[in-house]
Amino acid sequence: MIIIVDTGGANLGSIQFCLQRLGTAATLSADPVLIAGAEKVLLPGVGAAADSMKRLEQAELIPVLRGLTCPVLGICLGMQLLFESSEEGDVACLGLLPGRVRKLQPEPGIRVPHIGWNQLALARNSSLMNGVNGSDYFYFVHSFAAPCTEHTVATTVNGGEFASVVQRDNFFGAQFHPERSSASGNRFIRNFLEL
Amino acid sequence: MLTRRIIACLDVSDGMVVKGVRFRNHQVLGEVVELAQRYRDQGIDELVFYDITASGEGRSVDKNWVERCARVLDIPFCVAGGIGDLQTARQILNAGCDKIPVNSPALERPELITELAETFGSQCIVVGIDSMRSESGTLQVWSRTGKVETATDTQRSTMEWAQEAVSRGAGELVLNCMNSDGTKAGYDVGQLRELRECVAVPLIASGGAGCAQDFADVFALADVDGALAAGIFHRGETTVGALKSELLELGVCVRMTN
Repeated sequence: MIIIVDTGGANLGSIQFCLQRLGTAATLSADPVLIAGAEKVLLPGVGAAADSMKRLEQAELIPVLRGLTCPVLGICLGMQLLFESSEEGDVACLGLLPGRVRKLQPEPGIRVPHIGWNQLALARNSSLMNGVNGSDYFYFVHSFAAPCTEHTVATTVNGGEFASVVQRDNFFGAQFHPERSSASGNRFIRNFLEL
Repeated sequence: MLTRRIIACLDVSDGMVVKGVRFRNHQVLGEVVELAQRYRDQGIDELVFYDITASGEGRSVDKNWVERCARVLDIPFCVAGGIGDLQTARQILNAGCDKIPVNSPALERPELITELAETFGSQCIVVGIDSMRSESGTLQVWSRTGKVETATDTQRSTMEWAQEAVSRGAGELVLNCMNSDGTKAGYDVGQLRELRECVAVPLIASGGAGCAQDFADVFALADVDGALAAGIFHRGETTVGALKSELLELGVCVRMTN
């Protein structure tokens, strides 16, 4: 079973519809038992980090998510929650990837939030990136971003450089919204489903 | 590289897309999902649906067609009109929207912007501003502009309201320049440039697009992040793809599809 973690107030609908368009059924759930037994888990997120961590805690999902051995994909805020902590609300996150998520800094000509279609530069190979190349565009909408580390699969530039795709073992993350990134996003999600 | 966004705006009334210069009689253009998909196929970067009756009638958007759009669209879209509380905003996000646009309700209760930003993050709060140049030349914010009977001059300064919206947590601004809306004479570059210099969040230009050069000008001269248009697409004067090809030749960084 493919589970979309029900974090509330999130981009739940759009991810579920995206999977449906790709011919895959997914269940929306916050049930620790269902999630622990899932074949794949998607962790969405539109919202603020502290609010989302609180929701995960209330649903007793933090140890469950940390213990997953199936492929897990965090999307946007969901990816940020995989890191150790976030500057947004100064909150401890899941700690599955090292590093702290920080606010993007505006510069002349560089806007924050980073909103729109931007590209990826590949940092290392990952099966998530099959058929994806540097000329493809993905849709971003975020004010905070994760640092580039050894677990960075792809980077994106908005003033400074940040990690736009990450992987550590079975934990994957995308800062952009693949479910809103048209053909390139569909390819990315398909790659995840085929893992 | 981050591209400049071309955004199509669809005025929706009871699930149908209607057209008309604001304040005039509306003419039905087609079913909302069908038109949305057409623009998606042409390569639009984002869609904004304005539930044009919502705010004026004091009710929230009809979520049925929102969900139907979310099922088929794989590009970003948002629905504007009448979102005045956290609960409605959450429903709209859950239905598949990526951002929450607010306009008249935020003017009536500016704390709404703060509450939305604290709950959902600034990145998804878009504040729409309908701005009119008065006879004396000042720029003033109008409210409830969906219908002529409800449209009101709030007497607020456009630049001051924009700055307040950003300080309260707006993550993006859409400036609809009412004097140029529907004229096809180009965006109000001067007004947009003035606002650009006041705020660091993304800024979307709205009102007046008549040809590709108008888009190129507003990007080059007002440094806006996106340009919103309706009539130019609805009248069939150009397709999104043709417009983007022209813009690419004019040196604008846009996302090309196929």
